Amino acid sequence: METPCSYKYCCPLTLACPTTMGLELYLDLLSQPCRAVYIFAKKNGIPFELRALNLLKGENRNKDFLPTDGLQRLPVLKDGDFFLGESVAILIYLSIKYQTAAHWYPPDLQTRVRIHEYLGWHADHIRGTFGVSLWAQVLAPYIGIQVPEEKMKRNRTAVDCALQHLEDKFLRDKAFLISQQVTLADLMALEELMQIVALGQDLFAGRPRLAAWHQRVEAFLGADLCQEAHSAISNIQEQATNKKLPDLPSEVYSYMLFRISSIP
Amino acid sequence: MGLELYLDLLSQPCRAVYIFAKKNGIPFELRTVELLKGQHLSDAFAQVNPLRKVPALKDGDFTLAESVAILLYLSRKYEAPDHWYPQDLQARAHVDEYLAWQHTALRSACTRAMWQKMMLPVFLGQPVPPETLACTLAELDKCLQLLEDKFLKDKDFLAGPRISVADLVAITELMHPVSAGCPVFESRPKLAAWRQRVEAAVGEDLFWEAHNAIMKAKDLPPADTAVKEKLKPLVQVFLH
Repeated sequence: METPCSYKYCCPLTLACPTTMGLELYLDLLSQPCRAVYIFAKKNGIPFELRALNLLKGENRNKDFLPTDGLQRLPVLKDGDFFLGESVAILIYLSIKYQTAAHWYPPDLQTRVRIHEYLGWHADHIRGTFGVSLWAQVLAPYIGIQVPEEKMKRNRTAVDCALQHLEDKFLRDKAFLISQQVTLADLMALEELMQIVALGQDLFAGRPRLAAWHQRVEAFLGADLCQEAHSAISNIQEQATNKKLPDLPSEVYSYMLFRISSIP
Repeated sequence: MGLELYLDLLSQPCRAVYIFAKKNGIPFELRTVELLKGQHLSDAFAQVNPLRKVPALKDGDFTLAESVAILLYLSRKYEAPDHWYPQDLQARAHVDEYLAWQHTALRSACTRAMWQKMMLPVFLGQPVPPETLACTLAELDKCLQLLEDKFLKDKDFLAGPRISVADLVAITELMHPVSAGCPVFESRPKLAAWRQRVEAAVGEDLFWEAHNAIMKAKDLPPADTAVKEKLKPLVQVFLH
């Protein structure tokens, strides 16, 4: 191919295509960690080819769409021959390679490890917990399943507890979670919270400190970028209601059953 | 007061921090926090880590929790040899990738396997439904396969040709179900060979010193009523 590729989505010629020698990001903006990577790259003006994949169609499981021999989970970064998974690893890689503003991942050791401290807690208490809403409210009903109320009650408690800790142990009186400036931690947290907020639940009601933090982060990122990044998750409920979601391949369907049954 | 590490070697992430500090000759005071006695719930310990979890670090006025954060702090502050947490962008990214994946995947499976097979029924006298345990062991098996196929592949160590913090975190996790009698390495020669390399790189003496407590956990006498009452509500989460 001589001319720049006009395909918006991944095409089977990806591996041979000369336009794909730069950075490529394989993302589905329904996914919280994908949004964190997308927003970070856009906000920092990092040039990349967006490979928008559809998780509901199982495109991550198809090597024509996602040519990695690593885990078939999004997000994935491709930089020449180098593949990288896991949003945190990708964010750190991008921040170092493209020398983004220091506040994202400060060189000061104590501040930097506080980001990792937050992300460790986030992995246990935020990741997984805040994603349940999409499954329970949209995806499970779409395939005719109701998540038991007992599990939903446990999830609501876990969400409340996590929000309380976020305010009391991390944010406290600071402008942002780790310091007085936005870091990778704020981005990861924001996108998890948005997974619930975008589905119509106001997590910030009765939590003025967290609400103010949310406003500050979105103000820093910019309303346009946030709107663009949150569009998919904001529209999914309506799409499901109007039966406009894709037909689910059987392996995606099986995976969904497994994920729904794994909700603690 | 110099560096203090608050650890219980019954905990996988504590073992990784312990091995790393010892292997790199980092001077520290060991502050043992006995989880089975609920010592992590004390107000005194909350001063060190308000989230009441081990491992935790105190370096003068600076306190820090979460094993990955602690390992990075120690590796940079004490200038550990580069291979532990490389400066090279791509090598480091491989370490970061493993550390991120394991937290919500392998660690969860290893913790639940150990608690469901051993600690809940034997120590706390709470039987676990066979189908729950079977499900957990199947999940562990899947994680082990991913560890081999997607991370280790044909390399000597998880992130490259030399040992890194990724290998320490992984091996200490896998020893958890091993201590409960789960077959982890038996039918996995590739993983078993990697384990030998990790033990050799760490040093057999240090490796077994760190794992002494967990390997003896199966011989612990059943908990008394007071301990059971304190711990049971906290460990129900390991059933899901």
